[in-house]
Amino acid sequence: MLHVNIHKQLAHYEMAIQFEMGAEILVLVGPSGSGKTTILNSIAGLVHPDSGLIVSNKHTFFDTDQKPMPARDRQIGYLFQDYALFPHMTVEKNILYGVKKNNRKDSEEMIAQLLHVLGIEHLLHKYPHQVSGGEKQRVGLARALATCPSVLLLDEPLSALDKETRKQCQDELLRLHEIWKIPFIVVTHDLDEAERLGNRIIYLDKGQIIDEQKKRQLMTVY
Amino acid sequence: MLEMDYSPLILSLKVAAISTFFVFIVGVMIAYYLAKRDFFGKSILEALFLLPLVLPPTVVGFGLLVLFGKKGWIGSWLLEWFDFQIVFTWIGAVIASIVVSFPLMYQSAAAAFESLDERLSNAARTMGASEWRVFFTIVFPLAWPGLLAGLVLSFARGLGEFGATLMLAGYIPGKTDTIPMAIYFAVESGQMGKATFWVLIIIIFGFSLILWVNWWSKRNIRRFTRI
Repeated sequence: MLHVNIHKQLAHYEMAIQFEMGAEILVLVGPSGSGKTTILNSIAGLVHPDSGLIVSNKHTFFDTDQKPMPARDRQIGYLFQDYALFPHMTVEKNILYGVKKNNRKDSEEMIAQLLHVLGIEHLLHKYPHQVSGGEKQRVGLARALATCPSVLLLDEPLSALDKETRKQCQDELLRLHEIWKIPFIVVTHDLDEAERLGNRIIYLDKGQIIDEQKKRQLMTVY
Repeated sequence: MLEMDYSPLILSLKVAAISTFFVFIVGVMIAYYLAKRDFFGKSILEALFLLPLVLPPTVVGFGLLVLFGKKGWIGSWLLEWFDFQIVFTWIGAVIASIVVSFPLMYQSAAAAFESLDERLSNAARTMGASEWRVFFTIVFPLAWPGLLAGLVLSFARGLGEFGATLMLAGYIPGKTDTIPMAIYFAVESGQMGKATFWVLIIIIFGFSLILWVNWWSKRNIRRFTRI
C-alpha cells in the first residue's frame, strides 16, 4: 500500500496531490510541466515536498515534521526517462549495482528469472551504447527490479521507442506487473498507452488531479 | 655540458608533483561541493578561486609573502611556534605552484561535474548507494576525462611557475632552483648553453604532455560520455 499526499510550491503553481494505491498500475497523465515527474521524484526521495505525507507499507518516506527518509533507504525502483544507464558499466554491472554484495547469492535466482523474462541474457557483457533503445529499456527495468523494490516508478518509459517496440514493451510491463505484484506508477502523456497499461489513470494539470478513471478489468494483451 | 647539474629537473618534478597532488584533491572536493549547490556569493567565491589566473605572478607572490613571509600572518606564527620558515625553501615553491595551478584544476573539475547527468547519480541513490559510493562509482569515473585534463594542466603550470616562486622561494642553487628559475639566472649570467638546454627540456615536456592528453581524450571521452 502506498499513500501519497504532496504539497509543494513549484515555479508557476502550487502542487497539491493526494492518492492511495495498492499493487496496481497507476498511470499519471498530463501535459508537460503538470508535475508528473515531481510526484515520482518526491516518492523516490530525490526532491522533498514542502509538506504532506508519503508512506509505503508502513515505512514513512516523508512526513512534514520529520526528517525525510534518504532516497537510498526507500527501496524504490525507478526507471528514468531515457533510462539513465551507467555508460561506463556493462549491462551486468548496471543490473547488479543495487544488489547488496551479501545478498548476491540469494538474488541470483530472481535476477536470472528477470533476465529470462526480459530476454536480455545475451546482453550482459555489452555496454549501454552497444544495445538498442528497446534493449536499453529492458535493461533499465531489470536494473530497477533487481533491488526487489516495494514500488516501481516509471517516467515515460516508452517515449523513446518506435511504435512496434513500444507495444512489445507495454506487454512486457504488464507481464512483469503480474509477476512482481507491487505498485507501479507510470508517467506518460500518451493516452492510448495510459489506457492500455493502467488499472487506474489520474489526469493532472498544474499540480492538481483533474480527473480519475478506474478500469474494471485489466485489458488482456497476451 | 659535462658538469651539468640536473637538480633543477628533479626539483621541478618534485614541486610540480607535490603541488598537483594537493591541488587535485582540494580542487576536486571544492568543485564537487560547489557544483551541487547554489548560494548567495557563489559567483564571488568562484571569481576568487580563478583570480590567480589573471593576476600578474608578482601580485600572487606579493600576496604569498604577506601570508607566509617571516613577518607574514601565517609565516610569523609558523616561525614562532615551530621554528619553521617557508620563504627561501622548496616548500615555498610548492605553495606558489599550488596557488597558481589551483584555478586550472578547479575550472576543469567544475566543468566536468556540471556536465554530468544528475539522473545517473539519482539512479544510483534510488538503488541504495551512499553519497560516497555515488561519488566513487558514478561521478568520479564519468568526470575522469575532465579531471585528468585539469590534472595535467595543473602539473604543467606547476612545472612552469616562475614569478610567484621567485618572490616566495627565491633563487638558491640546489635548494629552490626549479627549471624556469635556472633558465632565468643562466641567461642573466650569460650561460646561454645552459639556458637553451633547460628551455628545450621544458618545451619537450610540455609538448609531450599536451600531445598525450589530446590523444587520450580522443580515445576515451567518447566511450565515457555516450549513453
